[in-house]
Amino acid sequence: MPSADEVKSRIEAAIPGAQAVIETADEVHFSAVVRAAAFDGLSRVQQHRLVYDVFEGELGGSIHALALKTEVS
Amino acid sequence: MSDNQIRDAIAEAIKDNDIILFMKGSPDAPACGFSARTVGMLQALETPFTAVDVLPDPRIRAELSAISQWPTIPQLFHKGELIGGCDIVTEMYDSGELAEVLGVAAPAGPVQEPAVAAQPAPMGIENRLG
Repeated sequence: MPSADEVKSRIEAAIPGAQAVIETADEVHFSAVVRAAAFDGLSRVQQHRLVYDVFEGELGGSIHALALKTEVS
Repeated sequence: MSDNQIRDAIAEAIKDNDIILFMKGSPDAPACGFSARTVGMLQALETPFTAVDVLPDPRIRAELSAISQWPTIPQLFHKGELIGGCDIVTEMYDSGELAEVLGVAAPAGPVQEPAVAAQPAPMGIENRLG
């Protein structure tokens, strides 16, 4: 089970310039607000895909749910 | 049904239905809070939509995600395009963008979420992929 810090650092490492704020009460349900310049010009679906790609294969597994909000920084 | 047949049936359903929601459970008996919330928003917009339950066969979800490149359920499509999952639909509902994209009037009242069913619902008549 990943910690909030782990989820944050993995997102920030994978998406250049990203800043992530993560909340979790149980380390299986996470909520993330991710700001990144890399989101500029992308649709919301494309922005969310960039974040989901970081956790490929883990969503629905060790990460039950990742509520996501993306913003262009 | 082979995996390919399932994938083709899903692709066809996305093409043939203007607004289609892939969800866990049915609109009357959603099996997950995120699916329930998404159904509630569509119902608040009073727009007809087609719902497909992904739970009866795990291959439905696998093939859907392969088509949409989207890992989670629910998934809402409009005119063949993925609008998003519960988070994006919520954001667009709150901003009024969802009503605009779907070409309906802004909602009059608050969202009434259907209660999440304790047990997976039996397959409904609207489940074309069962």
